[in-house]
Amino acid sequence: MAYDKFTILRSSAVPMPIENVDTDQIIPARFLKATERKGFGDNLFRDWRYNNDDTPKADFVLNNPTYSSEGSPRKILVGGKNFGSGSSREHAAWAIYDYGFRCVVSSFFADIFQNNSLNIGILPVKVSPEFLDRIFAAINADPNTELEVNLPEQTITLLATGESESFTINGYKKNNLINGFDDIDYLLSMKTEIEAFADTRPF
Amino acid sequence: MSSPKTLFDKVWDAHVVRHIEDGPDVFFIDRHFIHEVTSPVAFLGLESRHVPVMFSGRTFATADHNTPTMNQHLPVADPLSANQLAALERNATKYGISHWGLGHIKNGIVHVVGPENGITLPGMTIVCGDSHTSTHGAFGAIAFGIGTSEVEMVLATQCIMQPKPKKMRITVNGTLNKAVLPKDVILYIIAQISASGATGYFVEYAGDVFENMSMEGRMTVCNMSIEMGARGGMIAPDQTTLDYLKGRELAPKGEQWAKLVPYWQSLKTDEGATFDVDLTYNAADIEPQITYGTNPGLGTGVTQQIPQADAVKDGAASYKKSLQYMGFAENETMIGKPVDFVFLGSCTNGRIEDFRAFASIVKGRQKADHVTAWLVPGSHIVERQIQEEGILDVLTQAGFQLRQPGCSACLAMNEDKIPAGKYAVSTSNRNFEGRQGPGARTLLASPLVAAAAAVTGVVTDPRQLI
Repeated sequence: MAYDKFTILRSSAVPMPIENVDTDQIIPARFLKATERKGFGDNLFRDWRYNNDDTPKADFVLNNPTYSSEGSPRKILVGGKNFGSGSSREHAAWAIYDYGFRCVVSSFFADIFQNNSLNIGILPVKVSPEFLDRIFAAINADPNTELEVNLPEQTITLLATGESESFTINGYKKNNLINGFDDIDYLLSMKTEIEAFADTRPF
Repeated sequence: MSSPKTLFDKVWDAHVVRHIEDGPDVFFIDRHFIHEVTSPVAFLGLESRHVPVMFSGRTFATADHNTPTMNQHLPVADPLSANQLAALERNATKYGISHWGLGHIKNGIVHVVGPENGITLPGMTIVCGDSHTSTHGAFGAIAFGIGTSEVEMVLATQCIMQPKPKKMRITVNGTLNKAVLPKDVILYIIAQISASGATGYFVEYAGDVFENMSMEGRMTVCNMSIEMGARGGMIAPDQTTLDYLKGRELAPKGEQWAKLVPYWQSLKTDEGATFDVDLTYNAADIEPQITYGTNPGLGTGVTQQIPQADAVKDGAASYKKSLQYMGFAENETMIGKPVDFVFLGSCTNGRIEDFRAFASIVKGRQKADHVTAWLVPGSHIVERQIQEEGILDVLTQAGFQLRQPGCSACLAMNEDKIPAGKYAVSTSNRNFEGRQGPGARTLLASPLVAAAAAVTGVVTDPRQLI
């Protein structure tokens, strides 16, 4: 799937300092019944975000006016350790993307969630636990504090203080995100090589 | 002489079509399973690219996540579920993919029907848009869950782009205690290393306990590898593996079988091969397990107390949030906690051995009146075995009813939802908030612990009933 190119992202962030945020919370299973990829953002964190009668829960961060930026939606979600654990459902990443986030920051990501995110144009930025604490503290002190995520330089910076940390990403995936490419284009260019390889398999 | 390799290295390296510098491997997939939930958008992607399925014979479709477990002969009532099931059938037909839809004699949960029909073989790479694909590692395959973009990738090119994970070996030696099942072994391991303790790793399970385990048990263990964050888990194929596979409908036969056996026997970790992490546990330390929190790592021995926040690896705030959701407190004992629902089934514990274990406890007893029990076989083949072995009679005499195959209350995408606030002892794999229905509270356990809860109505040590 084509997605927007990712280079440098500057945005204030939504803080979610909870560990083990699993994909069942990001998008509950009952919302996986679509046969098209649209509208998932409305149900992002559905059961944490809404009461049973569909009224918003006032104490959930996405409903907190302190963390909404009128006219320029926040594009960075900052989560606790082991973000995205659980199911392989790509719907979780779709919901995050569809809601408007382009980057998720955490000290630790679940593998499949990380892969799914990269495949659809969300950048997962893994920072040290100490830097994650610094980000949460900075947002706590000033909810509008801005972060800059620079993919070409592989850095994440708290703009107010200049505190910065570098992050890793494999070169191939980085190139894809910067150019808006996806893996299928690459693999289709190898068709003959793949077919020859398949012939060598014993089953 | 080449350097010693692990089982994982041997299978991985045999599937690398091309290695990309500072990038992932182009990784060839032998078998691809699809189901109704994570495949429709992948097929839409193929259509918009105007690309065919490259090898339709390497993909197998089954309907399981959404399907009802009662009255499967009737049209599916939920229109959204019916729509996904119809899309799967339509896409399978259009692209020439084998499809075991609802009502098909071989229908069942994808990770149950793959092995029992001989589709899953040692040395294969197997993927599916479902994290519990790790189940198939029990055969010495590299098997893991993928996202929908990757489902599209495999349909279009039979490959995915994967960086090679790091390697972890988990060895459990010794003899298991009475009433300790494979489910207890894996719940114990996850509680020891936490729900994220194996993230970034592929696990090989080694030692007496796994060598002596049945294929059903090995599948249960590998199934839950994902619950400690691992990409997958695997166990070297041995005579137990070959005995299980021989004669299965889609397994190789005759000359082809004979040719593959020496290859399969070579699939084991060489002496001297190294792992990034090597962990060892003693079988004697494991008692029947139960979870008390909202991730599979928050579990303990069934007779034990719920630990204090400072004794677990999760942060204190997240831990307390977890206990609050469950309605439990630090230092409480799990024994005697009231139970409203019992679920036997899922790709973790929906196999014949699980029903045999459950029946061993309920035989001659009666279901507790206030407990609702959903007993859901993993496939029609398991359902038939339950009847043929007389297990159905045992269950019926004890006041239970058998349902029809599917994923059911494991993820509650069909009608089988645990109501808000209710407690379920569940043989499935996840106790996340709302996993078995919005507001549901799940205690993960083995079929023996589930059976003990079903007949007593409270969390009970199964050793008391054997």
